[in-house]
Amino acid sequence: MSDVLTDLADAGCPQGLAPAEAPAKTGLGDPAPFVTRHKGLSRLELSVRGAKCGACLSKIEKAVQALPGVTEARLNLSNGQMRVAWEGDLAPARVTAAISDLGYGVAPLDPERDEDEAKREERRLLTAMGVAGFAAANIMLLSVSVWAGAGEMGESTRRIMHMISGAIAIPVVLFAGRTFFASAWRVLSRGRANMDVPISLAVLLALGVSIWETALGGEHAYFDACVMLLFFLLIGRFLDARLRRRAHAAASDLAALQARSVTRINASGQAESVRAREVMPGDMILLSPGERAVVDMDVVEGTSELDESLVSGESTPILAGPGARVYAGAVVLGNAIRGRAVAMAADSLMADIGRMLEAGEQRRSSYRKIAEKAVSIYVPAVHTIALLTFIGWLLAGVGVREAIFIACSTLIITCPCALALAAPVTQVVASGRLFRAGVFLKSGDALERLAGADHVVFDKTGTLTLGEPQLVEEGVAPETLAAAAQLARASRHPLSRALVAAEGAGPVARNVTEHAGLGLEGEVDGITARLGSAEWVGADAVASDGPTLWFALGEAAPVQLRFRDHIQEDAGEVLAGLKRRGMDFEIVSGDTASAVARTAEALGISQWTAEVSPKGKVARLEALRAEGRKVLMIGDGLNDAGALSLAHASMAPGGAMDVSQSASDAVYSGKGLSAILTTLDTSRRARAIMLQNFGLAALYNMIAVPIAVAGFASPLVAAIAMSASSLVVTLNALRQNVPGSA
Amino acid sequence: MTGLIFLIPIALFMGLIGLVAFIWAQKSGQFEDMEGAAYRILEDDDDKPL
Repeated sequence: MSDVLTDLADAGCPQGLAPAEAPAKTGLGDPAPFVTRHKGLSRLELSVRGAKCGACLSKIEKAVQALPGVTEARLNLSNGQMRVAWEGDLAPARVTAAISDLGYGVAPLDPERDEDEAKREERRLLTAMGVAGFAAANIMLLSVSVWAGAGEMGESTRRIMHMISGAIAIPVVLFAGRTFFASAWRVLSRGRANMDVPISLAVLLALGVSIWETALGGEHAYFDACVMLLFFLLIGRFLDARLRRRAHAAASDLAALQARSVTRINASGQAESVRAREVMPGDMILLSPGERAVVDMDVVEGTSELDESLVSGESTPILAGPGARVYAGAVVLGNAIRGRAVAMAADSLMADIGRMLEAGEQRRSSYRKIAEKAVSIYVPAVHTIALLTFIGWLLAGVGVREAIFIACSTLIITCPCALALAAPVTQVVASGRLFRAGVFLKSGDALERLAGADHVVFDKTGTLTLGEPQLVEEGVAPETLAAAAQLARASRHPLSRALVAAEGAGPVARNVTEHAGLGLEGEVDGITARLGSAEWVGADAVASDGPTLWFALGEAAPVQLRFRDHIQEDAGEVLAGLKRRGMDFEIVSGDTASAVARTAEALGISQWTAEVSPKGKVARLEALRAEGRKVLMIGDGLNDAGALSLAHASMAPGGAMDVSQSASDAVYSGKGLSAILTTLDTSRRARAIMLQNFGLAALYNMIAVPIAVAGFASPLVAAIAMSASSLVVTLNALRQNVPGSA
Repeated sequence: MTGLIFLIPIALFMGLIGLVAFIWAQKSGQFEDMEGAAYRILEDDDDKPL
């Protein structure tokens, strides 16, 4: 009798929006160190990958709720974080196992992680926006009455109306405007200026002038303009913050990857589960089959094959025995191994990549956005005009009160609304379009950088190719494949997996033993069979252009099974498309020269480099950068993460390592590479629209400013101008959704 | 014009109710998971509100 392994057909997202992850029963580590206990209630926060739709949501929550004692299981579909709470002594590993058995990736989140600063910022902006919106609507109610009643309304009624408006506006401006005032003060105290300086100045001056006018019983007050200005600006800020927070969520996934627990053998020889960051150099670590190393270590005991594809890009597993160095990120495929940690988790290779990511982030934050360039022209111009208006009217002989009022009108009417909305609205519309095309954009300025790219660097494995070896079935008898698959089902080796993938679900061979570096042995229908290297089955090694397995059933002659990493179907088309768009491309891969050469030749790419280390990839990008190229890096492995973060712009496929996804500007899902062209086109169009928007804002100012300077602008004119200009840039941004235009 | 004595406070009060409702929703995490909320409404069994 043989067990039938369930296939993964109904694992993962039922809508197929994300690839299912194979259940990692032992690979996860024990989440116990991340559980917090309070009054008999245990809490655990998890990061769940691959949950994309409503069916995922209920599937996961129900599975966890079915566990004994669980009182709360709530998954946040927007950021993939899940909160679980239970009473009693449920083993935390059962919670994670329940989720990973469904085909979702899961990792515990460190309860002591930094509370998301971006999230608080976003909340603050949303509250401020709500308050400003409320005030704008109510003050407008009163202002419209004043404008409508001009000439008929008695002075005392008008004054009461202004006073009520002021009573609403003063606290609201102080509350909702904090963000702008604080930021303006910060840059001013450093002797510089940003967009928030004219905003703060305009709002505070207008508020001051309005209070003064109300006190003197004047005809005009700008309370509505102050609050409406803040409302429009806060919409822009909020959209911007939300885009940025999505990018931030990706960074906390990296933290989740590092929050793994480790099995440490303590002095008395017992295994204990500890957090990765508690591991000290010299500690003895046990790695079970399927587990990913979290610290660099030297093997002391045991021999196993390691999948280092995420560390080096090398697609064939390597054999590691006592004395060999295992780098963080490698996955144990065969037997359990024991090793001595040589560095702390923070100093291990994965953390090395983490530091590269940080460097990349810093470089990106120094990128000057189009909006910032526009502001650097706008700020001095507006202040000069307002000051000149004030002086001009003083010289013309009107009173100080009149001159200040006109200067203030100028400041308000050059209102940066259109300028502040021009970029964020365009970015939100473009990222929404990309989202529907299966591309997830990580930040707004990523669009600008993607639009500027002129040179594409591809990683090979998993990017240009499918990333998984696939069985070449020609020339092998179906019975032989079926028999070999019985052995393969008992192994985690990538080639065994590829064989199983081709053959599907079925029986498993009995008494299977795995011999590290050699292969498998077991009984298939009562006959001893071997699957593994040529040496293992006693065959003569034959040169092959890809990874191979040999299979021998009893005394029959060994059969060679060949595997090949197929090139993405639409790769040729996409490369031709890139050429049409005037872009160069090259391959920089960590794989062997022969494998890279074959892919490059098949695709007609003349420029390629093979066997490149993660640092080598970064060096290549730096060299291109020095030549003045703007590189778009596309890659998926841990070994690409550094390069992805340091490139001018970067994209990663949906199946990529979390770290690589979080290092990229955009993540594309779905089959093939066509998303790359869609992204480039959308981003280029978005940049064009953004420039148009700045052009419109400039044009609007050219018309409005002379009117204001001449003293013809009343609060009514200001309100109309402000709304109209904001509306125009928003509509122009929405034009991106109309097919076939610009 | 005497009507204004009642009408303006009523208008402001109604606006204030909306604002308070918004701030409550914001604080209690109603906007935390916009995507998930869209799906939760389609669930058949009882789902505890936040």
